[in-house]
Amino acid sequence: MAIKTIAGAQVNVSEEGYLEDMNQWNQNIAKEIAGEVGIELTDKHFEVLNFLREKTEAGESLTIRKVGKSGITDIKGLYTLFPKGPLKFSAKIAGIPKPASCV
Amino acid sequence: MSLTEKKPLEKVCIICAKGSLEDVYATLVMANGAVMEGIETNVFFTFFGLDGITKDRMLSLHTATTGNPAMRMPGGIPFPTMLGGLPGVEAGVSKMMRGQMEELDMPPVDEFLEMITAGGGMIYACKLAVDMFKLEQKDLHDEVDSIITIGDFYGLCDGDRTQIIFT
Repeated sequence: MAIKTIAGAQVNVSEEGYLEDMNQWNQNIAKEIAGEVGIELTDKHFEVLNFLREKTEAGESLTIRKVGKSGITDIKGLYTLFPKGPLKFSAKIAGIPKPASCV
Repeated sequence: MSLTEKKPLEKVCIICAKGSLEDVYATLVMANGAVMEGIETNVFFTFFGLDGITKDRMLSLHTATTGNPAMRMPGGIPFPTMLGGLPGVEAGVSKMMRGQMEELDMPPVDEFLEMITAGGGMIYACKLAVDMFKLEQKDLHDEVDSIITIGDFYGLCDGDRTQIIFT
């Protein structure tokens, strides 16, 4: 565990850069992490991020299929929003732990 | 160049040659997992593996209840081979397995193929096997890009960070 300054805030991150405490997250942190992976966040991105955060708070496991059935976007849309990392990048930007999911 | 320099995988080419439920799903899980990691992915279905992309068969794949020493009853005791040979047992067990996979959010085969192509993965059928089973492109799921030869397939496997996986 390390402490990193993201968007002016001190946050605890894992070795791979995932926030360890999702309560330390805010929209500016999301924007800065997104910038690191080359993504500019839109309202649609935030809808997905909020969905992921809600599911994580509820203790549910995350899969791209679940996001695809959320009504926010389909799986193709999810890949368009978060290219090359529909779950790992979205989770990182959403400030939640790296999903231990294979689907 | 340092010896410890990391060379992340850039492309996987996965071959599915067997048509049991677990063989096809092994291919689909590995392919989808690669796409989700941003790895370029080609999947080549051949021989009995074609069942996994044949419209009439893909949703009723079976797992073998005879000749499968890993088969267990719910609870973990070994599954008697004699029982596995009774009519309907294999279908019932396979249905139960599909149900268990659904609980883990593993989709049915057709939806799984759509997930793979949604992320840019490519699905191919083997020409020799398609000819052998007297199939045509129209018999195959819509997500199958094309019917190609093994030479074409190897042509897709270029690049020094590419791996071929035979499931």
